[in-house]
Amino acid sequence: MRLAVMITMAFSLVAGAAFAKTPYHDGTAEVIKPTDKNHPLGEIVSGYDFRKAMIRDVQDDDFENPAMLVVDHGEELWGTVDGSAGKSLSQAFEGCAEVPLDVVGSVYPRFNNAAGKVISLEQVINMCRETAMGAKPYKWESRDMLGITAYIRMQSRGSRVNVAVDGKASAAFERGKKLYYQRVGQLDMSCAHCHEDNYGNYIRADMLSQGNINGFPTYRLKWNGVGSTHRRFRGCMKNIRAKPLPYGHEDYVALELYTAWRGNGLKVEAPAYRN
Amino acid sequence: MKQTKQFSTISRRHALAMLGAAGTAVFAGVPAYADGAAVAAKIKGLTGGKSVGEGTIELDLPEIAENGNAVKVAFSVDSPMTADNYVKAVHVMADGNPTPDVASFNFTPAMGACSASTRMRLAKTQNIIVLAEMNDGSFKQAQATVKVTIGGCGG
Amino acid sequence: MAKIKPRVKVPKKAAAGEIIEIKALISHPMHTGRAKDKKTGKKIPRKIINKFVASFDGQDVFTANFEPAVSANPYIAFPFKASKSGAFTFTWVEDGGAEFTASKKMTVA
Repeated sequence: MRLAVMITMAFSLVAGAAFAKTPYHDGTAEVIKPTDKNHPLGEIVSGYDFRKAMIRDVQDDDFENPAMLVVDHGEELWGTVDGSAGKSLSQAFEGCAEVPLDVVGSVYPRFNNAAGKVISLEQVINMCRETAMGAKPYKWESRDMLGITAYIRMQSRGSRVNVAVDGKASAAFERGKKLYYQRVGQLDMSCAHCHEDNYGNYIRADMLSQGNINGFPTYRLKWNGVGSTHRRFRGCMKNIRAKPLPYGHEDYVALELYTAWRGNGLKVEAPAYRN
Repeated sequence: MKQTKQFSTISRRHALAMLGAAGTAVFAGVPAYADGAAVAAKIKGLTGGKSVGEGTIELDLPEIAENGNAVKVAFSVDSPMTADNYVKAVHVMADGNPTPDVASFNFTPAMGACSASTRMRLAKTQNIIVLAEMNDGSFKQAQATVKVTIGGCGG
Repeated sequence: MAKIKPRVKVPKKAAAGEIIEIKALISHPMHTGRAKDKKTGKKIPRKIINKFVASFDGQDVFTANFEPAVSANPYIAFPFKASKSGAFTFTWVEDGGAEFTASKKMTVA
């Protein structure tokens, strides 16, 4: 059974390459050379460059990009006082994030001293709401959380992803790396089977990217809306018939850190637009 | 990708052949699609059976859409858009969706030009038909095919 | 459901005779009436923005009639010939009659 699946897939990978017309394939993509000698790839390319013009054109125009509707919502929340401390997130956030606002989007997930572990941007926001603002945490995939994370990541748009994986972050990094290469689910596949071994090829009608997360939160046509990195992880896991983990699970934060590191050097594109 | 196309008759066989060639999957569970005949009937209703001319309508549609949930459809109709010579309405139709109608637009000379752009849902590979109605009661039409690729993956 | 909020882009200034481009976007799920709720298994009733009207100084200049085949968060772009300063009003009409509006001023030199 598994053999049959793999054969079908392999066939599609060859057949599909015929109608590839993307910046990655025509040589106009921005290709980053990894600086870390332990990087598994010789080139780092944004998911943007694996998409056709119909998708890229929308991301290129902030007005046409429907993710901006969610960013607008986040900007409103950002300046709104909420909770018992009488503060808005704009007043409390930098203290919680431990780095300047325009840097946050390029360095998270990150080891946070107050949390005592590597946490994602969503977790910084909720920690800040609970401890500094005296407000209720947002649900992970709520419009409020997506709006705020998209708004914050956008403040780093254009700067280069630069997550730290040494020192206190190294345990989470190693965990993330292990998960990335671990075969899971009924199809018995790892992240690497698609996003390391086969990026630039088609899997059925989908062009595989390197799975970089520099554009998240991202508006996806499949979702008709904006979603988080963890939502994307969950989708991938469902595709390979594995049981997805809950949003914010420690393993997903570790995987997010590792995946972000694989894209170190790419421009932050949030909020991106994808198929 | 600009595609400037003139009117041609869409046969059912032709539409099916294109579907096959594109190797696409269709949405499961949708009971019926419009087809060339439904679009033809719709056009007959709009034109009252008048003949449709082959004026210049430029369509801007992707050749391949990586997802059918939001496919750009833009058109421009060559017209002076003056009080006595303008485009009154433009109807956008699709022959492979559950119903043929996508959108229609009413224009006025105040706009100075006749064009519009929106985003539509396409259930599968199909033809997009754009019918323009002039203020003198005449009609022009153009069409193009969009291949919709629906992956088995993509989370 | 998410709050319904329009965004409109109109140039603040234009030259007389210039053909400007207006872009409008509104957050709306555009329920076609065909999809089912994943949790309940019940059909989600049709609810779409069925009409968009642009008017200039009280005069309708452009109308778009949307069917369920128009994408979620409907987007529309169209031209307008600037001849005098004035104000645009944009109205989105939802099934059931609810209306959402936005206004923009334009100065013509």
